[in-house]
Amino acid sequence: MNSEIAGGQILISAIYLVASALFILSLKWMSGPTTARRGILAGEIGMVLAIGGTLLHHGMDYKWIVVGLVFGTIIGIPLGSVQMTAVPQRTALSHAFGALCVTLVGTAEFYLRTPSVPKFMMSVLCIEVILGGLTFTGSLMAAGKLQEVLPQRPITYKGQNLVNFLLLGIAIVLAVMLVHDPSQRQLYPFMVAIAVVFGVLLVIPIGGADMPTVISLLNSYAGLSAAAMGFVLDNKLLIIAGALDGSSGLILSIVMSKAMNRSFTNVLFGAFGQVQASTAAAGEAKTAKSASAEEAAGILAAANRVVVVPGYGMAVAQAQHKVRELYDALTKKGVDVKFAIHPVAGRMPGHMNVLLAEADIPYDRLVEMDEINGDFAQTDVALVIGANDVTNPAARTDSNSPIFGMPILDVDKARTVMVIKRGMSPGFAGIDNPLYYLDQTLMLFGDAKAFVNNIVKELAGSGH
Amino acid sequence: MGETLINALFIFMLAGFIGFEVIRRISPLLHTPLMSITNALDAIAVVGAIVLVGEHKSNFAVILGTIAIIAATSNIVGGFLITDRMLRMFKSSRPAQKP
Repeated sequence: MNSEIAGGQILISAIYLVASALFILSLKWMSGPTTARRGILAGEIGMVLAIGGTLLHHGMDYKWIVVGLVFGTIIGIPLGSVQMTAVPQRTALSHAFGALCVTLVGTAEFYLRTPSVPKFMMSVLCIEVILGGLTFTGSLMAAGKLQEVLPQRPITYKGQNLVNFLLLGIAIVLAVMLVHDPSQRQLYPFMVAIAVVFGVLLVIPIGGADMPTVISLLNSYAGLSAAAMGFVLDNKLLIIAGALDGSSGLILSIVMSKAMNRSFTNVLFGAFGQVQASTAAAGEAKTAKSASAEEAAGILAAANRVVVVPGYGMAVAQAQHKVRELYDALTKKGVDVKFAIHPVAGRMPGHMNVLLAEADIPYDRLVEMDEINGDFAQTDVALVIGANDVTNPAARTDSNSPIFGMPILDVDKARTVMVIKRGMSPGFAGIDNPLYYLDQTLMLFGDAKAFVNNIVKELAGSGH
Repeated sequence: MGETLINALFIFMLAGFIGFEVIRRISPLLHTPLMSITNALDAIAVVGAIVLVGEHKSNFAVILGTIAIIAATSNIVGGFLITDRMLRMFKSSRPAQKP
């Protein structure tokens, strides 16, 4: 009997080993669009193997496991079927679910194992539930802001950072006390509660434009908490999956922060909306030129090279399918159309690429910032749709600007710049954009979807 | 105990480096699907919850564990589904230009 159990354990470990290899291959194949779907298959096989292997554990009671798997699947299917524009909030929500799982398992393990827990195990368990707890509520807050159930503007108050640091400090002190004496079970609920509150307070002051960084950071935390859970359960597959997810989130956070020329601490504790209220006020009477859809269509039809710069505004207006029609109409006229993608355009890493791919725009037309910036000088028309701060030339020239130093798309170097925008109000961060007052800039006022539609109609009407 | 811990730390360190090197090479084009697939893979935490529920050491553990299984399974199913949907949308114009 004993040897049977040991044999079963070895089989399970062997299955986990194969699953770990498949997970790594899965991410390796995600490197490019041609192999990426193979990556999903590898991940799925690894997952099925790992769950199947776990069910082989000796002496399992399957009733509630089946209930969990069935209900999870029922919830998962609609979460996998959301609109592409809703992907940022779906992602935030799934970080919350992942963190919830880790926190709950950690809590159950705490009450099963105390008071006889080795110091190291207790430290990791505390890390697991603190990270899990704050990621759970932080991600829920992020999802709420992205879904616009909660206000998108940063909510700040005096002494905010002090309160946050104090809370985190108390949670750490409680953790240290628990590690020192695991029999003090009554401290545990307080530690979890503080982590949960901290998660809320951490995300409250963060505005919509900073969401790509925050989602990446929460992704990293979710991964690290899962890895910590792997330490507690001595499950190597979980350590590997958590480490992969943690490093993925970390890399994305670094990419996003660089693209905004800001540090993590600045994103988390800087509250973007507050800083620049004074600088935007100095407005002398500057004039911007506007144009109609007919004029815009004429200029676009006469162009050889057009670069479209999409931003979050395109996603809000659901204009990506109309943009696809514009792309078709111009391509048919022999115009070379490309799309310039800023790393932080939208609300999560890669958001614009997914939306444009959904609209059937070939991915080889989507060009990253560093590759396309040299091309703007040879571009006849740069058409900005719902993007603002990522095109603001003040980031290059005005050292007083709050976004000074942030890498931008150099649309101002194009021969003609056209900006589709609802009105002259400044962008999310409240920063005035000098691009709009340049000689070669034409403002196209209106809803992005409706305006692009009008341009497409004009292009079709002109007959060649 | 001490040795398992050291082994686990070695695995964590190596997996972290592998993750960093593999993910660094992923095109920014696919950053959104990357995030949704790592999310699905991360939900492998479900195995911990399955063991917890299956061993049935206390009713409290079974309740927390079942909720944890639901949360993680929804991530697995939803994560793989949406990643697959996204990747199916990415099409190249190159095959069309060949003929």
